[in-house]
Amino acid sequence: MYGKGLLKGLGVTLKRFADTYLDDIKWMGKRYYTAEGLAHRSSKDAKGIFTVQYPEEKLPVPEEFRYVPFLVYDEGEDGEILNRCTACGICSKVCPPQCIWIERALDPKTQRPIQEPSQFIIDVDICMNCGLCAEFCPFDSIKMDHDYEIASYGRTVHHLDDLLKPASYYDEIRPVNSTREAAARKEAEEAKAAKKAAREAKAAARAAAKTD
Amino acid sequence: MTTLDFSRFGTSVAVDEREGYEGYLVSADKLVEFATALRDEYGYDYLSSVTGVDYIAEEKFEVVYHAYKTIGGAELVFKVQVARDKAEVPSLIDIYPGADFQEREAWDLLGIKFTGHPDLRRILLWEGFEGHPLRKDWQEAYYEEDIKPFKSRWPKAEYTRAEAQNPYGANVKYPDQFDPEKWVPEGEDALYGSLAKYETTDESGLKTDHLTVNLGPQHPSTHGVFRIAATLDGETIMNLKPVMGYLHRNHEKIGERNTYLQNMPFTDRLDYLSSLSNNFGYALAVEKLLNIEVPERAEYIRVIMAELTRIQNHLFAIGMFLNDLGAFFTPSLYAIEERELVLDIFEMVTGSRMMCNYFRFGGLARDLPAGSLQKIKDLVFDRLPRKTDEMDRFLSENEILRSRTVGQGYLSTEDAIKYASAGPVLRASGVPYDIRRAAPYSIYDRFDFNVAVRYNGDIYDRYIIRLDEIRESIKILQQAVEQIPEGEIQTGKPRYQMKVPAGEAYGRVEGPKGELGFYLVSDGKGNPYRYHVRAPSFINLTAFGPMCKGLKIADVVAVLGSIDIVLGETDR
Repeated sequence: MYGKGLLKGLGVTLKRFADTYLDDIKWMGKRYYTAEGLAHRSSKDAKGIFTVQYPEEKLPVPEEFRYVPFLVYDEGEDGEILNRCTACGICSKVCPPQCIWIERALDPKTQRPIQEPSQFIIDVDICMNCGLCAEFCPFDSIKMDHDYEIASYGRTVHHLDDLLKPASYYDEIRPVNSTREAAARKEAEEAKAAKKAAREAKAAARAAAKTD
Repeated sequence: MTTLDFSRFGTSVAVDEREGYEGYLVSADKLVEFATALRDEYGYDYLSSVTGVDYIAEEKFEVVYHAYKTIGGAELVFKVQVARDKAEVPSLIDIYPGADFQEREAWDLLGIKFTGHPDLRRILLWEGFEGHPLRKDWQEAYYEEDIKPFKSRWPKAEYTRAEAQNPYGANVKYPDQFDPEKWVPEGEDALYGSLAKYETTDESGLKTDHLTVNLGPQHPSTHGVFRIAATLDGETIMNLKPVMGYLHRNHEKIGERNTYLQNMPFTDRLDYLSSLSNNFGYALAVEKLLNIEVPERAEYIRVIMAELTRIQNHLFAIGMFLNDLGAFFTPSLYAIEERELVLDIFEMVTGSRMMCNYFRFGGLARDLPAGSLQKIKDLVFDRLPRKTDEMDRFLSENEILRSRTVGQGYLSTEDAIKYASAGPVLRASGVPYDIRRAAPYSIYDRFDFNVAVRYNGDIYDRYIIRLDEIRESIKILQQAVEQIPEGEIQTGKPRYQMKVPAGEAYGRVEGPKGELGFYLVSDGKGNPYRYHVRAPSFINLTAFGPMCKGLKIADVVAVLGSIDIVLGETDR
């Protein structure tokens, strides 16, 4: 019959139309603006229209989600900022669009370079959010952020002050990664300490042998 | 590599004996004869890729050709070398018409003249552009240094914006004594000239003039900024040529400045709908150069990601194709909904929905996070098969769709091969050529799936074959998610900078749009010496003109939709 395919297709749209309302009724008003409703609408069982009413409701971002980088700092005892960055420059070397500028600080007395940045600039307009800087940072210092609402009227260039965020913030947005990295750091530190202790013991033994 | 007997050509054909290179060196005067023999006697009926390389130290240009047999098997590489100051190579357009756009591209970007090419105009850059940017002695407007990383970034930050160094107006090069008032856009004249203007007189003496019409560049049906110049007789297409390059950013020059790793996120931006397939092709090419293996688990994840990419790309292609037919957004939003669920997985695993940047040389950036495999299983065992059937029920028998597409935009089997069409376009014309089968890469030889093929070569078949391919991809996924082993995801320590052994490599994958190839030349340093992309969206357009001849204007839009191009890849 001519037109059968058309009717069949219209049946699909009718079903979709009905599904949305049936799902609404089934969820008794909780389909929208609730965390469970949102999870349901982005699951395999979602039925009908599953529009997310942004910005009133927002999809939770997964841990690996990456947006422009920031710098993690550890908090000292009285809120002192202990920047993890050592200004080694790996992130600026690995950056594909070359949007990172780092100036290594100089020791005020000796004018020798020290392991700290005096300036750190990320030109966010150029950044392509690839995440390579975070991937290759050996000090767990530069990390990708979750905050994606950074639209502005002007241009966005982040300097050191804009970039620094506390480690607690990092732990919060990336709990799995930060736990794993903390464990790895601890392990490395312990290995280093053990090595040092072994070396000292050896030296002491040698010294003892000499005096004998 | 297969060794063939080319002794009848004497010294004109020699094996390429440079370290790390393969294939044959053919002298320019014997090229046409050699290619004819290759096609007619040796069975290499498909010329996939034409690449120009500038060996400036040796004062030479090299044109590299990759040819295949459509019955499957490894590629045959042959090359022609010409002096840099007399860069003329005979065109292969008569033997392999698929070389058309690629030869124009090599002319445009490298300035290699292909003698005998009937329409050797610039293709990606605009007419009047000064110079050939892929030549090693050419520098772009925002030139900073030859290779990255740039020195001004560390340890002393000299932060400036590129445009501050190159104020507006000073960033374009003009020919000597250029006068804009007197400039005639020769390219446009050549374009319209090449479309052949007709004037016919019927029996009553009535003169009919043919009309040239531009569709685009700003037109919703062109999926981006893309122009179609057509000659019309009434409403019938007499001749048609695509005009592209509006989104050109010289991806390959950027690629030659970048280190190998830095190119990975740039490949995402080629065909931005299927970034993971792009990653795959590039990773394969570099791994060939580095000669490293990929751990088992990483191979599985790669296949899973590539097949999910194919599914979501085809869904999008079908949706947008229906849009082009005038089914305003209902089918496309249905398709996009399913695509969203796949993108959720990409976001969870790779960190980004579209710009995935997930593959690394010898593995992957990171393992699957907890819970993501379950999500993939939910989709491939439950939702996607169901929704594919729904899509099929929704559209495939629709009389309006069928009357618009069945028998229209015909591409014969011979033409599909001739014009080097790839992917669904080739297979919808009855050529069961799929790289996953023809020359299996990664672990595709382990899975049980069929190569989707349709035989009518019309728009409808190019639509329906995408549904077939989604089903086959689901089949592969169902096997892969069940078989995936535990283990490492990276061979060796991840490195951001490495020395790559000198030589050449060509990595190709069956991307959702067709054969995606990366041709790399390494000179042993940290940056690729030559980086070329064989872009299926670009080369599939070679057959666009022939497909449209004799159709009405409205059908051109449908044909373009059925080819499924992404301009990020077409224009590169």
